[in-house]
Amino acid sequence: MNIALRSGAVASAAALTLLLSACTASNENTATTSATSDTPASMTLSGELNGAGASTQQVAMEAWRAKFQTANPDLTINYDPVGSGGGRTAFLDGSVAWAGSDAALAEDEYASAVTRCGADGAINLPVYVSPVAVAFNLDGIDSLNMDASTIAMIFDGKITNWNDPAIADQNSGVALPDAAITIVHRSDESGTTKNFTDYLAKASDGAWPYDASGDWANDLGESGQGTSGVVQILTSTTGTVGYADESQVGGLGVVSVKVGDSYNAPSAEGAAIALEASTPAGINGDNDLAYKIDRTTTAAGAYPVMLASYVIVCQKYDDAEEAGKVTSFLEYVASQDGQAAGAAAAGSAPISSELSDKIVSILEGIATASGV
Amino acid sequence: MTITDKRETQEVPLTAHSGSFANSAFTGLSTFAASLILVLLAAVAAFLITEAWPALTDGGAVLAEKVQWIKPEDGESLIQVIGYLVFGTVLISTIALLIATPLSIGIALFISHYAPRRLAAGLGYLIDLLAAIPSVVYGLWGAIVLIPVLQPFYQWLGSTFGWIPLFTPNPLTGEVSPTGRVALSASIVLAIMIIPIITAVTREVFLQTPKLHEEAALAMGATRWEMIRMAVFPFGRSGMIGATMLGLGRALGETMAVYMILSVGLSYSFNILQSGEHNTIASYIAGQFPEANSYGVSALIAMGLALFIITLLVNMLARWIVSRRSEFSGAN
Repeated sequence: MNIALRSGAVASAAALTLLLSACTASNENTATTSATSDTPASMTLSGELNGAGASTQQVAMEAWRAKFQTANPDLTINYDPVGSGGGRTAFLDGSVAWAGSDAALAEDEYASAVTRCGADGAINLPVYVSPVAVAFNLDGIDSLNMDASTIAMIFDGKITNWNDPAIADQNSGVALPDAAITIVHRSDESGTTKNFTDYLAKASDGAWPYDASGDWANDLGESGQGTSGVVQILTSTTGTVGYADESQVGGLGVVSVKVGDSYNAPSAEGAAIALEASTPAGINGDNDLAYKIDRTTTAAGAYPVMLASYVIVCQKYDDAEEAGKVTSFLEYVASQDGQAAGAAAAGSAPISSELSDKIVSILEGIATASGV
Repeated sequence: MTITDKRETQEVPLTAHSGSFANSAFTGLSTFAASLILVLLAAVAAFLITEAWPALTDGGAVLAEKVQWIKPEDGESLIQVIGYLVFGTVLISTIALLIATPLSIGIALFISHYAPRRLAAGLGYLIDLLAAIPSVVYGLWGAIVLIPVLQPFYQWLGSTFGWIPLFTPNPLTGEVSPTGRVALSASIVLAIMIIPIITAVTREVFLQTPKLHEEAALAMGATRWEMIRMAVFPFGRSGMIGATMLGLGRALGETMAVYMILSVGLSYSFNILQSGEHNTIASYIAGQFPEANSYGVSALIAMGLALFIITLLVNMLARWIVSRRSEFSGAN
C-alpha cells in the first residue's frame, strides 16, 4: 500500500498523505514543504540512495532494489556488499545512509552513532532472517538427526568417524558408513560462522569450548571462501560436513537439530519461530530491535541455528530527503511484500507480520522525526 | 644493426631537424614518467606505514579485544600471525618457483633453440596467452578441475613417501587431505601462473645469445646441449635470475588463486599435503578484509606492509645477483 503511494503515479495520493503522515516523502524542499501541501510530483523519490554492508543480504537486496526501483524509476539504490564491519564503518562515517549487518552495533559503535545521527543515535532492525544448515555429503543419506553437542564434537574433532556411536544412537535405521569425517568451515570471517558458533557455544552444554566468533576457532578441517566456496567443497567430496545458508545447500544432506524432544530440519518457518522466541536486547531504547537469539529455545518447530541480519539506521536524519528515501525503501523491505520477495529470491525466512508492522511503524517514526 | 646502417646511408645529418623542443619535451616526459614511479612507490609505502601504525604501536591489548582473529592467548598475536603468514607465503611461493623455473627454462630453450621456426612462433604465442588469463580463473579452474585430479596422486604420495616430512599425512586420520586443498595445490597453480612470465623473459634472453659464440662452440665439435651449456646459459644467466625473480614477485603477491584453492590455517608446518596448515598474506587479507572493523583493517595493512618489505628484499636480492653476475657473462 505504502509503496503504491510512494511511486506517486496517482494524483489522489496527495489526499491520502493527510492520513498517513509517514508517507510524505517530500524530497525537494525539506523545511518548508508541509505534509498537507504535497503535490503528487513531490511524492516521487529520485536521486541516489546508498547503503553498504553484509554480503548475506545481497541476494535479497538485489530483489528489493529491483522491485522498489521499478516502483520509483527515478531513484537509484546502491548496495555495496563490503561486509558487515565495512558497512557499519561506512554508516558511522556518514558515507552511506544505512548499513546492512549480521551483527548489531557494538557498544562503542552506539557511541559513534551519536556523532553520526545526533542524540538519538542509531538502531538495529532485523529484516533478513535465514536458517543456517549443517550440510553433509554422504552417499544415499539425505538427513541425519543430531543434537547440539554432537555437532559441536564433530566440528571440534572429537568425533572423527561417521559411524561413531554418538551419531548412530540418534539415527537408528540409518546405515552410517565407516568413513572419516572431514569438516569444512569458512576461511573468511563471516556472520554465518558467528551465528553457527554462537549456537554451538550456547546450546552444546560445553561441548564447544570456544566463544562465538566470526573467525573459525580451531585449526581443523578444510576451509572454503564464502558460502559458495564451502558448498563447492561439500559437493565435490564425500564424507564432508559443513555449514552454509540453507538456501544455498542444494542437494546436500542436511542435519535436523534437536530442539526440545524433536529433531527439526532447517526451514524458513523454523528460523522465524526461533526469532519470535528470542527477546530484543537492543540498548538504545524500545525501537532498537537487536535480538539476543535464544539458541536453547524449545518452542515447537523452532530452528535455532539461524542468522538474523539487521539494517542499521539513524533514529533521526539531518537530511529529510535522505530520510525519506531510506525510510520508504526500508519500509518496503520490512513489509510483507518485501519479505516475500526476499524469501523468493534468497530463501530467507519472512519475519512475522507483527514484527513487520513494528519495524514499519518505527521507520515511519524516523521519517516524522526527520521532518519528512 | 640494420637501423644504424640505414641512417648512415641517408647522408642527412640527424641533427638537421632542429629538435630542441622535441628533445626537451621528450626529456621532460621520460623524467616525469621515471619520477612518477618513485612517487607512487613512496605513496604506497607512506599509506602502508600510516595506516598500519595504530596496529603496530598499539601493543596488542586493544587489538586483541577489537579484532576477532588476533588471539594472543592462543599464540596468535599480530606479530605471530604475520610470522605464520610470511612463512606460508614464502613456502608456497618457493615451491611454485621450484616447479616453474626448470619447466620455463626448458620451454624457453625449446622455443629458442630446438623447435622448428613455425612451431616456435605458435608456441611462444600460446605461452603469452597463458599470462593473460585472470588469476581468478586459474583459481576456479584449480579448485574445481585440477584439485580433484591431483588428490589421488597426493594420496599415493602420502602413502608411499609419507616418511619424507614434506609429504607426511595427517596424524589424526593417517591420510592426506581428502579434498586436496593443500599448499602443494596452491604451489602448482601458482607455478602454472608464473611459467609464462619466466618463459617469456628467458626466451628473449636466449635469443640474444651472440650467434658467433654458438657457432664457435658448434665448430669445436660441441653437441647442441654442450653448446647451450657453454654459450647460451653463461650469457643468459643474469636474465634467467631476473626472470625467476619476476615470477617470484608475482607468486608472492598472488591473491585470488590461493584464496580459492587453499584450506587455510596458521602454523609453521612443512606438511604440504595437509590442509588447514598454511595461508599467504595476500589471501589472508582478502579473506578478513570484508568483515574487518577499523582496527582489523589497520592490522591487515600491517600485513600488507610485511609483504611489501618481503617483495622489496626479493627484488633487491635479484638486482644484486644480476649486477654481480653480469660482469662475467657479457650480458651488459
